[in-house]
Amino acid sequence: MVGSRLARPAAQLLRSSPSALPRSSFQRVSAPAVSRWRTYASGSKEMTVRDALNEAMAEEMEKNSKVFVLGEEVAQYNGAYKVTKGLLDRFGEKRVIDSPITESGFAGLTVGAALAGLHPICEFMTFNFAMQAIDQIINSAAKTHYMSGGIQPCNITFRGPNGFASGVAAQHSQDYTAWYGSIPGLKVVAPYSSEDAKGLLKAAIRDPNPVVVLENELLYGLQFEMSEEAQSDEFVIPFGKAKIERPGKDITMVTLSRCVGQCLVAAEQLKSKYGVEAEVINLRSIKPMDVEAIVKSVKKTGLMMAVESGFPSFGVGAELIALTCEYAFDYLDAPPIRVTGAEVPTPYAQKLEEMAFPSEQLIVDYAAKLLKV
Amino acid sequence: MLSRFAPRACAAPIRRNAPIRAAFSPIVRRNVTTDAASTHAEKSDVPAEDDKPFQVRLSDEAFETYELDPPPYTLDTTKKELKQMYYDMVAVRRMEMAADRLYKEKKIRGFCHLSTGQEAVAVGIEHAITKGDHLITAYRCHGFAMMRGGTVRSIIGELLGRREGIAYGKGGSMHMFSTGFYGGNGIVGAQVPVGAGVAFANMYENKDKVTLALYGDGASNQGQVFEAFNMAKLWNIPIIFGCENNKYGMGTAANRAAANTDYYKRGQYIPGLKINGMDVLSVKAAVQYGKQWCLEGKGPLVYEYVTYRYGGHSMSDPGTTYRTREEIQRMRSTNDPIAGLKQKLLDWEVVTEDELKGIDKEARSHVDEEVAAAEAMAPPDATPEVLYEDIYVRGSEPQFLRGRIPEENFYYPDRPVEIPKSPAQS
Repeated sequence: MVGSRLARPAAQLLRSSPSALPRSSFQRVSAPAVSRWRTYASGSKEMTVRDALNEAMAEEMEKNSKVFVLGEEVAQYNGAYKVTKGLLDRFGEKRVIDSPITESGFAGLTVGAALAGLHPICEFMTFNFAMQAIDQIINSAAKTHYMSGGIQPCNITFRGPNGFASGVAAQHSQDYTAWYGSIPGLKVVAPYSSEDAKGLLKAAIRDPNPVVVLENELLYGLQFEMSEEAQSDEFVIPFGKAKIERPGKDITMVTLSRCVGQCLVAAEQLKSKYGVEAEVINLRSIKPMDVEAIVKSVKKTGLMMAVESGFPSFGVGAELIALTCEYAFDYLDAPPIRVTGAEVPTPYAQKLEEMAFPSEQLIVDYAAKLLKV
Repeated sequence: MLSRFAPRACAAPIRRNAPIRAAFSPIVRRNVTTDAASTHAEKSDVPAEDDKPFQVRLSDEAFETYELDPPPYTLDTTKKELKQMYYDMVAVRRMEMAADRLYKEKKIRGFCHLSTGQEAVAVGIEHAITKGDHLITAYRCHGFAMMRGGTVRSIIGELLGRREGIAYGKGGSMHMFSTGFYGGNGIVGAQVPVGAGVAFANMYENKDKVTLALYGDGASNQGQVFEAFNMAKLWNIPIIFGCENNKYGMGTAANRAAANTDYYKRGQYIPGLKINGMDVLSVKAAVQYGKQWCLEGKGPLVYEYVTYRYGGHSMSDPGTTYRTREEIQRMRSTNDPIAGLKQKLLDWEVVTEDELKGIDKEARSHVDEEVAAAEAMAPPDATPEVLYEDIYVRGSEPQFLRGRIPEENFYYPDRPVEIPKSPAQS
């Protein structure tokens, strides 16, 4: 026990002051934006996640001729989920390219283009299909800079919908966050709102490393507020910084992607039902992960709950709990808990499917149990 | 409905085609030679000057074509170039022999795949392209790394895991990068679509550059190779795909792994060329022709370099369980690319026996000095700074990366982003 206490480096992590965070130039530019935009509520407008992603790509393509989009149905079809709508008309077929349905091949091709100095956006129709290409993402993209001794960069963005989707059964409804999140050399982000989507995708395209942007199909059509700041074509969100979506003092909910929305609903219910204030942390960035934000929150609430929709074993929730125990054990009043997807291939029938993924009610009930309310 | 008609529809063309194929194939079929000394020149045509061009005539059996007019069977060269080719092949072999020795002395770790016997491919290609062109290959990459501009000391240094190795000791035998050289990929076949992407980038930026993507006969059965062929032809990408057919994918003979061992025809809709890969001059002529083809906007080509690996697949393979010692001996004694060119240089009186010995000696002593220098190099400092460097582009790293235990977490210094100039641009 003494040993494990000594091995608890929470103090060191907290010591590293926030000022150390916005480090690289592309992050530094954006850092003030994060704190500023909240004061600009007056000029804000509504925008869907889909349009925010589209705007991010269009702006970056406008800015840099090395950026191009390649993927299945991205051009003439306007994108299987319409995320690339209008880009073909605007940028022409040289820069918006329909690929054959050969994930391994076109992922490899875009990686090669990145090695040769271009900044490709490789769209996967969904990340389920990227399993065919995961070797290229990991072995050819993520590892090359290290293996070359730092002489061969690979500026590429892999993006597409990931995780839970409705009624599409097991092969089309899997969450790969833990897979990509475990790979050194990759950066991995999972946007929730429209601002997240735009700011993170733009940062991903500019980042000189391979970045995986894990979107969610069910979020594409949702409207979110876009601040005036976020409407600017210079708006980027730095990696490795989580966002407190809802401040609270009683329990920390650490979550990502679509589950952020579920947690926000659950938090409201917890408030109205039990009068407790849940703090909801939207991770935004999976790799690097903002451990500091989690530790700070747990220090305040004493309770930690991870909410994610991947398979439970060896998953994001497991990682979040492990990190919390390593860095914030002393502040915990109870063992941390997780709500995850169930350990089943996603079933097709609706009632069964509902049992396989986190629901708002389940989050409320499990949080209430931890809160002992 | 469909199923009732399908068998008949399928069967008909097969039956119709069968006699045609039977009638035609024996006539057009001619095997590419692997004779390394099959190129001819008249002694009287060889000028006295070192850099004055003269013509050599390639063997009629240097090439086999598929939907392609063959390259010219004559090649302009100079005495200087021939001597350089000879020097290069001797140097590559000497370096591979050094790697062999160092491995056996247990100074090289892990995997080590040698290209002894295949030197004419790497050397012939390099003599047909410029440093501005691009090349990617598989894990048998030492010779290519050297021909693309890597020094012997940096390559051997890398094999020895030294800080001054070509990849600073981070890549090892299979991962070497240099100007216009993208590795060194250890995943069989993965480099082929990546190579198509490199070529795509050249096309995207309107650069008059050709890309060569090399792979083995084993890799040519990989699905992603065909995916790359499809996109390359579809988008008219300027790339020469090249199968280095050394007859064995690891220990499996080509005909035990491939339903069709005519690798130059496996692009189906891409013109192909089978090349005597033991004759450095045939290789040069073919690649020179292919480069011109690509730059004229005619799209991709599929080449097959017929060659032979003297050693095992890797250092742990004696290379004798799946082929006979006699076969290896026969290739070594009658088809060796170095001996073949040597004989020609003497026959054509490009060099005297003494001059040739001088070149041999020069190549060997250069390699030996470089190897000694590599052995004297220091290994990387076993510090977190070195361990964690270059996982991400400098200055763009996360705040910290995790060590084996949290106390070992490595915090990166605050510094501006320094994007390395990709070798493609340097």
